[in-house]
Amino acid sequence: MTFDLSRRGVLGAALAAPTLVRAAAPVTLLNASYDPTREFYKNFNTLFAAEWRRTTGGQVSVRQSHDGSGKQARAVVDGLEADVVTLALAYDIDAIAQRGLIAPGWQARLPFNSAPYTSTVVFLVRKGNPKHIRDWLDLVKPGVQVITPNPKTSGGARWSYLAALGFATRHNGGDEARALGFVRGLYHNVPVLDTGSRGATTTFVQRGIGDVLLGWENEALLAIDEVGPGQFEIVRPSMSILAEPPVAVVDKVVDRHGTRRAAEAYLKLLYSEPAQDLAARRHYRARSRAVQARYAQKFPAMDLITIATFGGWAKAQATNFADGAAFDRIYQPA
Amino acid sequence: MVALATPRVAGGVAPRRRPWREPSVLPGFAGALGFTLLYVGLIILLPLAALAARPWEHGLQGVLDAILKPRTLAALRLSFGAALLAAFVNVAMGLLIAWVLGRYRFPGRRIVDALVDLPFALPTAVAGIALATLYGPNGWIGAALARGGVKVAFTPTGVFVALLAVGLPFVVRAVQPVLDDLDASLEEAAQTLGANPVQTFARVILPALAPALITGFALAFARGAGEYGSVIFIAGNMPGVSEIAPLVIVTRLEQYDYAGAASVGLAMLAISLLALVAVNAVQVAMSRRGGR
Repeated sequence: MTFDLSRRGVLGAALAAPTLVRAAAPVTLLNASYDPTREFYKNFNTLFAAEWRRTTGGQVSVRQSHDGSGKQARAVVDGLEADVVTLALAYDIDAIAQRGLIAPGWQARLPFNSAPYTSTVVFLVRKGNPKHIRDWLDLVKPGVQVITPNPKTSGGARWSYLAALGFATRHNGGDEARALGFVRGLYHNVPVLDTGSRGATTTFVQRGIGDVLLGWENEALLAIDEVGPGQFEIVRPSMSILAEPPVAVVDKVVDRHGTRRAAEAYLKLLYSEPAQDLAARRHYRARSRAVQARYAQKFPAMDLITIATFGGWAKAQATNFADGAAFDRIYQPA
Repeated sequence: MVALATPRVAGGVAPRRRPWREPSVLPGFAGALGFTLLYVGLIILLPLAALAARPWEHGLQGVLDAILKPRTLAALRLSFGAALLAAFVNVAMGLLIAWVLGRYRFPGRRIVDALVDLPFALPTAVAGIALATLYGPNGWIGAALARGGVKVAFTPTGVFVALLAVGLPFVVRAVQPVLDDLDASLEEAAQTLGANPVQTFARVILPALAPALITGFALAFARGAGEYGSVIFIAGNMPGVSEIAPLVIVTRLEQYDYAGAASVGLAMLAISLLALVAVNAVQVAMSRRGGR
């Protein structure tokens, strides 16, 4: 994949036009995001305000709202006046689009499926890896406790579930029944299903429950940051999934507010070099090649499948997470 | 929620019923009543009506399908079962605590009295996190229990323990004022007439406290059945085992299944309503039988 990520190219295109028109009046944007992006967007908003002032001479302030990804999507559907949404998975933005607030085809409007930064699913284990967890197959061993949130209530957990399913499908040569059997075994080793990613991290890190935390790479890196190095180790399995948290302008809202120009510039700036660097520092994988190279040690290359492997979110949702679908059947008495 | 009969102290004379008008020296009955009805309608009835209207987009069949799923039924059973059990325990313990606070004077009484209210004041999520930490396999209590082979956190027992904490103040605060107003001369009279302490308690004190105890029971039960914040961290949330009914609602919302979520909500509302009506009926029956 190639895309011009140079600061001049993207910013120039995004911000040159308004400059010519006028020094814009003060603008306020609301960004509805999911939980783990809090620290990243706090810094990014400062970056955007500076860029906006530099290129338009105007004032912009961005307010943040954070909650579970699905909850945020529902809030926007129910009337939360968010100019942009930056959520955990495309399924949630699709849900907003289905209700007519975002134009169809939104995911093609920005590069890389509208996901300016990515993450993946990794294992976080305790110091010294006492249970010798190296890869997916170790998670179904008897006596191993896996901590991961409920995919029905957590966007991040859906990525984890699909990563496990993707591994198992490949491992079993495409045999679906056996792949689901593996996933079933994995969830039988889960002693507590938290409702969100942060909750699962707390269960594992603060309460000391479980042998391995299965979840976002950015959360795992953050946990190590917060607790201090030396207590936990990250294990990267032989394959995982490319988690793409997408962003979109909420068309109906920006047209009503007259904030489309600022909102679009805001999202485009996410692809700029400084923003990409910021994302990498905040534990997300950058799209920019230059930034990737700079952080190659922090983010080793991995064998990653994508959501396309499962036929897109609508299909993945219907076969795995819908009512009575594969995940529900794990908990039905056989 | 059904209006709960205010606990009435034994011996109170029921005022003669007169439709529409209660004698009061203060004017403004029509305005006050009008405002009361408007406010109750706006704050309580309207949201409930919205809930009742929501789930019917797939017809009655859709509503029944959502409610009769084994997983939903298991969650309803857990939520209401644990709430019922916790309410019974809280009635016993709440009575004891109200008794100690009301009848004895000891240093630190006011502090204990204030502590009882803490579950009211604490954000429920904070209480939940504290409980999960305490009862978790590595918590102070959880570790000790684990050595004895008992698991509390992440089991249905955890739900019960959380609801004990949530419901206690409802019972204590319902019983306390009635107990304070209870005329000590009744007990003395019972003793003079030859009743032993057990008889005095069972035949004199308990009947006077019963309406208040039932009110406390109903409040603790209703609150416990719908409790989310303080339970969710300690429950474990395993579908069919330790998954509470409010979580089933959240899960359905997470799938944008508004109708399904409202169906389960409606079921919870109906069960709570039935329970409160039953409690009210018991109270009415008791006050008739009392016939004072």
